[in-house]
Amino acid sequence: MSGQLDTFPRLLLDHAAHRGTRPAMREKDLGIWQTFSWQQVANEVRALACGLASLGFRRGEHLAIIGDNRPRLYWAMSAAQALGGIPVPLYQDAVAEEMAFVLSETDVRFAIVEDQEQVDKLLELHARFPALKVIIYDDPRGLRNYPKELLRHYDDVQEEGRAFERAHPEFFAEAVSQGRASDVAIMLYTSGTTGHAKGVMLTNDNLIRTGRGGIEREHLTADEEVLAYLPMAWVGDNLFSYTQGQIAGFCMSCPESSDTVPTDMREIGPTYFFAPPRVYENLLTQVSIRMQDAGWLKRWLYAKFMDVARRVGTKLLDRQPVSLLDRLLYATGDVFIYAPLRNVLGLSRIRVAYTAGEAIGPDLFRFYRSLGVNLKQLYGSTETSVFVCIQPDGQVKPDTVGTRAKDVEIRISDRGEVLVRSPGVFHSYFKNPEATREAKTAEGWFQTGDAGYFDDDGHLKIIDRAQDVGQLADGTLFAPKYLENKLKFFPWIKEAVAFGDGRPYATAFLNIDFQAVGNWAERRGIAYSGYTDLSSREEVHALALGCVEAVNRDLSRDAKLSGSQIRRFLLLHKELDADDGELTRTRKVRRRFIAERYAALVDALYSDCSSLSVEAKVKFEDGRMGTIRADVKIRDAPVSNTGSPLRAA
Amino acid sequence: MAPAKPDRIGDILLDVSGVSLAFGGVKALHQVSFHVREREVCAIIGPNGAGKSSLLNIVNGVYQPNAGTISFAGIQRRAMSPRKAAASGIARTFQNIALFKGMSVLDNIMTGRDLKMHSSLLAQALYWGPAQKEDTEQRRKVEAIIDFLQIEAIRKTPVGRLPYGLQKRVELARALAAEPRLLLLDEPMAGMNVEEKQDMCRFILDVNDEFGVTVLLIEHDMAVVMDLADRVVVLDYGRKIADGTPEEVRENAEVIAAYLGVATEADRQALSAEAN
Repeated sequence: MSGQLDTFPRLLLDHAAHRGTRPAMREKDLGIWQTFSWQQVANEVRALACGLASLGFRRGEHLAIIGDNRPRLYWAMSAAQALGGIPVPLYQDAVAEEMAFVLSETDVRFAIVEDQEQVDKLLELHARFPALKVIIYDDPRGLRNYPKELLRHYDDVQEEGRAFERAHPEFFAEAVSQGRASDVAIMLYTSGTTGHAKGVMLTNDNLIRTGRGGIEREHLTADEEVLAYLPMAWVGDNLFSYTQGQIAGFCMSCPESSDTVPTDMREIGPTYFFAPPRVYENLLTQVSIRMQDAGWLKRWLYAKFMDVARRVGTKLLDRQPVSLLDRLLYATGDVFIYAPLRNVLGLSRIRVAYTAGEAIGPDLFRFYRSLGVNLKQLYGSTETSVFVCIQPDGQVKPDTVGTRAKDVEIRISDRGEVLVRSPGVFHSYFKNPEATREAKTAEGWFQTGDAGYFDDDGHLKIIDRAQDVGQLADGTLFAPKYLENKLKFFPWIKEAVAFGDGRPYATAFLNIDFQAVGNWAERRGIAYSGYTDLSSREEVHALALGCVEAVNRDLSRDAKLSGSQIRRFLLLHKELDADDGELTRTRKVRRRFIAERYAALVDALYSDCSSLSVEAKVKFEDGRMGTIRADVKIRDAPVSNTGSPLRAA
Repeated sequence: MAPAKPDRIGDILLDVSGVSLAFGGVKALHQVSFHVREREVCAIIGPNGAGKSSLLNIVNGVYQPNAGTISFAGIQRRAMSPRKAAASGIARTFQNIALFKGMSVLDNIMTGRDLKMHSSLLAQALYWGPAQKEDTEQRRKVEAIIDFLQIEAIRKTPVGRLPYGLQKRVELARALAAEPRLLLLDEPMAGMNVEEKQDMCRFILDVNDEFGVTVLLIEHDMAVVMDLADRVVVLDYGRKIADGTPEEVRENAEVIAAYLGVATEADRQALSAEAN
């Protein structure tokens, strides 16, 4: 074996040689965790690779992989890489039609899939894509009476591979030795918020160098435990489970099914964990619900000690000075509340937990950190092999994404866009040179499309999509999504729409959260007849004003954004709804559409009037149209003048 | 991609011949005869009170028929008890779920394997020697069923906390745990929503296909029956009024009358008067 561990198959063989008996992958089968050692994995991959080769799989060819996280599908990935092929994992819940695009683009001949569900989808498409030649399935259930021409069982392919290897004993080693670091190691389709999905091609070098940088930064070892539960088609799973596992030699465990992840988390106890914010949010919601059902003593203990945690937990995690009394209190809390809670959440052994993908609410973020879970944000995308910035231990600021990762260069363009150049920046988009040219300059700078800037400590702060960032009339930076996110982190506020581009000051439409504010009103004995009525209540306006003031205070601490504090706001008389075209189906506000539809209200925000009578058309669930009439009040919000920017504590 | 049906269906497994059952003066079943072939999915349909559940109860020995004979797997029998039925390879689920609410899903399914356990009670209690090995083997079989019915996530959950549709699935799992030759399902899809019904249909077909289990089921939803069954037996007021493939049964005038009622000339006039 050559000394250079610069491709995935070389890494795999190296682990098999040096830590052959150590666990590489685990899978729960029939309720019991089954472990595969590195040596076993290497053997399985070799058999599959040889089987694929005997079926005619060629160097540089694509291999579609579809299914839940299963070791056998990861082996498929390794097998393709060993043969110099390009694995293309697809989202397992995509319908056949969504897969059609990928099939048409890649002319894929080989697919390895999990079960009947995926086989059905491919067979449905086969008539249109006759290039598809072999479908290899893992779970034979329900497939007994299927036509045999296309289908092959995974075990049979491996069996063929072993026979092939007896005839060509040198084949596998030779195939691995032909691999180069610059070969494309994987192709991942980006969901594509703009237009069609694009196949991002990442080389061995992209992934391995970036993954290795992350490992060094967090001091990850071969003893880490990870749970591979995110879709295989997502760069997050690929990097944190597969790539870094293959580099550092740690073990990845596959959950029994997508429904059993919480149980599997507890059983495995990952030390290294990655999840998008909504996963953390769901976990917290479960805790809150179960706490409400607990006895009074438990509830009292929980409330008391969570107060302590909120006060000193994050400081302890960041090794800041904390009084002895607080230390004692926290240690007691750890025995009674924090440790059991971490255990229930499956976070007992966490050393590093990451989140990324979208903005995470500061309260949510602090909750986990105050429990002693080292949750950190990072920034990156598929095109950069994830790692661009990571929050460093001990310097975690909720509203930044941390400092640059190893070997990453970042530049802020004149438009305020974040440009990245790093070993991880992707090779190119598949069959789309035009998009590649748009995204990546000749010098290798990737245009992220995000607007951001560095704060005084060298932490990158992402504020918005670059195309949405504007300026107030006086040239002050205006980042609508940043304001909206800050507002939405309050439980009372469901949606927010900020205006200000080309205007003298920033303003906002707010949607109250009917459930949260409704409960709040009931507890205070405020009567209301419905959403519109509740939104027009004086008390509710005061509540919203409090939120806006808090956001303004926050903004005033930021030199760049201080000028874009919200001067006037109103509570919309109806909930923004995807049925009315005001939100996208993924609940993103369609700012321009809303501005046109409620032009009168926007004008009122930039006038002196304090109330406006409006009518709005709404579409009821049965498709009928109706109108809502209401008086919308417009409120001024005081601007915070802390003058010189303060450092957030 | 439907499997070729005629090939898979074998000889007669259950033969019900001239069975009558009366509760005092109420005649629940009158001279009912039909048979179920090996690996067949057979549905019994009929209006409320037609005697469907009574028929199922006779097959698995809860009731003794007043007249007629039943033979299962070639052996004719007169007196039958539920235990004997179970031992001979008949398992069932119930119209009103009959699970142990306080026990976990896993334990509930384990009870289905009771008859397959051979070690003594004492050995099982002490979890010693062969009992330990046997328990492991039983657990493996149960886990295979859990995997098959995709209920891994609720393995340890007490049954009482599960939604209705899942409880039905657990009941099916328990019946399957007995490794039956004949599976009796009493309204497996009652009270389910469309999605749950589809899932259940899929599972019943898979059970039939994968394990070669013969299925005799009672169902109200005609659409489900037409999709699922190889053969349909129709009961009305304790009598068999039709027996055949779903298509044949659907065309049968007597069945239409029993299910939809017969429109008389007076009805038609009343309807047209209402419309005007």
